[in-house]
Amino acid sequence: MRTTKGILAYGTHVPYRRLDRAEIAAVMGTPSGRGYRSVASFDEDTTTMGVEAARRALGSTAALPPDALWFSTVAPAYLDKTNATAIHAALRLDASVSALDFGGAQRSAVGALRTALTTPGRTLVVSSDVRVSLPTGPEDGGGGDAAAAILTGSSTDGPLLAEYLGGATTTAEFTDRWRIPGSNHSHTWEDRFGEQAYSPLVRQAWADALVAAGLTVDDVSVAVVTGLHDRATRKTAAGLGVAVADDLAATIGNTGAAQPALLLADVLDSAKANDVVALVALADGCEVLLFRITAELRVGRPTRSVATQIDNRADVSYTRYLAWRGLLNVQPPNRPKPARPSSPAALRRSDWKHGFVGSIDRSTGITHLPPSRVGISGGTVDNMDPIPMANAVGTVVTFTVDHLAYSQSPPTVFAVVDFDGGGRMPIELTDVDPDAVLIGGRVEMTFRRLFTTDGLHNYFWKARPIRG
Amino acid sequence: MASHGIRDQVAIVGMGCTPFREHWDLSLDDLLIDAHGLALDSAGIIKSDVDAYWYGTSQSSASGISLASPLRLDNRPVTRVENYCATGSEALRQACYAVASGAYDIAVAIGGEKVKDGGYQGLNAFPIPTDGTNRTLTAAAMFSLMLPAYAERFGIDEDRLRYVVAKIAEKNHYNGARNDLAQFRREIAAEDICKMAPVAGCLSVFDCAGVADGAAAAVVVSAEKATDYTDAPLYVKALSVVAGDGSGLIEPDFDFTTLPECAATAADAYAQAGITDPRTELALAEVHDCFTPTELVLMEDLGFSERGQGWSDVLEGRFALDGDLPVNTDGGLKSFGHPVGASGLRMHYEVWLQLRGEAPVERRITTLDTRSRALVHNLGGYPGEMVSFVGIWGTDLD
Repeated sequence: MRTTKGILAYGTHVPYRRLDRAEIAAVMGTPSGRGYRSVASFDEDTTTMGVEAARRALGSTAALPPDALWFSTVAPAYLDKTNATAIHAALRLDASVSALDFGGAQRSAVGALRTALTTPGRTLVVSSDVRVSLPTGPEDGGGGDAAAAILTGSSTDGPLLAEYLGGATTTAEFTDRWRIPGSNHSHTWEDRFGEQAYSPLVRQAWADALVAAGLTVDDVSVAVVTGLHDRATRKTAAGLGVAVADDLAATIGNTGAAQPALLLADVLDSAKANDVVALVALADGCEVLLFRITAELRVGRPTRSVATQIDNRADVSYTRYLAWRGLLNVQPPNRPKPARPSSPAALRRSDWKHGFVGSIDRSTGITHLPPSRVGISGGTVDNMDPIPMANAVGTVVTFTVDHLAYSQSPPTVFAVVDFDGGGRMPIELTDVDPDAVLIGGRVEMTFRRLFTTDGLHNYFWKARPIRG
Repeated sequence: MASHGIRDQVAIVGMGCTPFREHWDLSLDDLLIDAHGLALDSAGIIKSDVDAYWYGTSQSSASGISLASPLRLDNRPVTRVENYCATGSEALRQACYAVASGAYDIAVAIGGEKVKDGGYQGLNAFPIPTDGTNRTLTAAAMFSLMLPAYAERFGIDEDRLRYVVAKIAEKNHYNGARNDLAQFRREIAAEDICKMAPVAGCLSVFDCAGVADGAAAAVVVSAEKATDYTDAPLYVKALSVVAGDGSGLIEPDFDFTTLPECAATAADAYAQAGITDPRTELALAEVHDCFTPTELVLMEDLGFSERGQGWSDVLEGRFALDGDLPVNTDGGLKSFGHPVGASGLRMHYEVWLQLRGEAPVERRITTLDTRSRALVHNLGGYPGEMVSFVGIWGTDLD
């Protein structure tokens, strides 16, 4: 029986910065690599990137909101505490919407997606990764940072962009890649072992999935093949007998836990109705998922494609990249570190802090950022409505570049932003080069990590230039 | 809203000010003891004559005890005052009202700050627990927002405007070089300031107030008894304070080319003092030049320049020692240094010296031949979110 489950919406986030692999060679004296890796900014982590991807997914659909949020990463901002809750708060999901982390292993990301597609309900599956290894290690140049979000549900929840046709899984215990908790890099066994271990698992999952979906190889239009084991991924992809999608290795690198959903999204960005797309993920076994594109995809795509985000980029130097990831210890600014945010204050103001919700005065129509109980210009007390501003766009009124303020990556670029339709906010700019800021520049909001003190991450919003 | 003022009801009859320095060898207590002694000597009184104290410090200590204990005051009321960088003037304002009310005969306002024990350059705010969404920008950066906005509004080339504000620093360093108490006593040319690396916006370190330790104090009595203590008391003509509602950071009408709280206190003070043309009626003004763009915009907000003309008045030297309205004749925050809680009282100290003809000959002004009143402007906070004080003082009863 054909399933009616599938993809209701999707969205992605590729960070603005790129590391030119040739720069690694220039600094470290190693053989020169080609192409680029994407680099999460100093104020991004897997949670903030997950927020951005999830916003784009939910912003592109009229489908009902999710009743569960599943977040998967191998680079969590916190342990013990759930990270999905910050995404939940930034998306302003109802308290009745469950938020869970699927952590630990690469496999959790694609596993969460398959589980969402095979269980009832609308689930927003978010995956995100910041790939780090020691300088000159495999992820240093070959890894990439990104996030992707897929809203799963059934055709009764809204128009499906792609129907889930079925899939299969294989599992085996073998140690070709491992990392002790707390370490900043993985170890790998010699290359050829992994290839041997993966080959039969992929073959079996591929065959089982085609049977489960009632398809033959000839029915498959394109396969997205992902995995951290480069050699096994390449070799098994070539053996599937179908066209294989671009793995974006040249432009952003291997984005780890985010890679299955990100590459799938990249294919969805240009797939045609009735195409059959296979997702094949090599991770401690193999997961295969098969989708058929519907006519709804053409009108249901997010406004910002993966390709658009790949094109909108600026380079970061290798040394600055290393400093951002904590792999190069640089002298911090000689200023007191900001105090950690107060947890009770953050909870009281979660709508503002995480959701960027201001208030609008019913009597004067003036938008107040942050929200205020008493209005300016003669407003009365407690006569305000909440006004969500995270999707507002605005214009730079004036700006400055602060070389003295505490920052993880000085200087701080700061602007006064007036939002279209009302509201003003003096706010930090990010993803911007200080020399390129102009009065009149157009900006949008982005969820970022302002700083970390006492192991406590301080999340809030910044503005960034609108691109693409 | 009523603002009656206490014109000619109260007078300053003694003042003292320590040198403003990086006082590695002096504690806050030392500085307070010294300023207190200088002020009482100036008024010809002793400690037991003083009925009450208002003690201003931004964040060097807390409570009246931190003054009563080092001075060993004998069962005297001491109120600790804090209102950002306007703290010193605010302490003086409270002391004046207390005397005007008749509650006390002799009150002392004293302000002090020990900033150089902190270990970091610049001023660093005491951390108050928040939701983490408040700005962490430096004050220099907040005030630097005004330059591009001013250039845009009045169609002035940004490089030219940058030179204009450097001329303000040059003037204040020139004046400070003629002041033994000032922190920085070296003249510097605007051209050299313009060549320096920026620290915030286009502002260099030389566009920022000096950061110093120091203390200053004033003795206040009723106007009718003032001449019992000195032949030349300074009579209060106006005292005005506004604590802004922060609307400039919310309301898009605010364009960062003006400081509305300062304009409001100026208007209130001029009404209290009966001043209609400050530019020709004031002998001098001490204003809050925390950063050079602040002084530029203040010239317009205080009514010394037409709107949009402050920059050309600066270039014409109208606010220089020999100009037609000298401003910051002691070097200002820029050159004298800025021990936060003391600064407002330090500004009054210069007015005290100048109006009484006691300023050193090197920085004498000629406007005193025909004018006998001076303005003190002291602010705290940032453009769009600010506390402002304006006081006007005169040597004659009206």
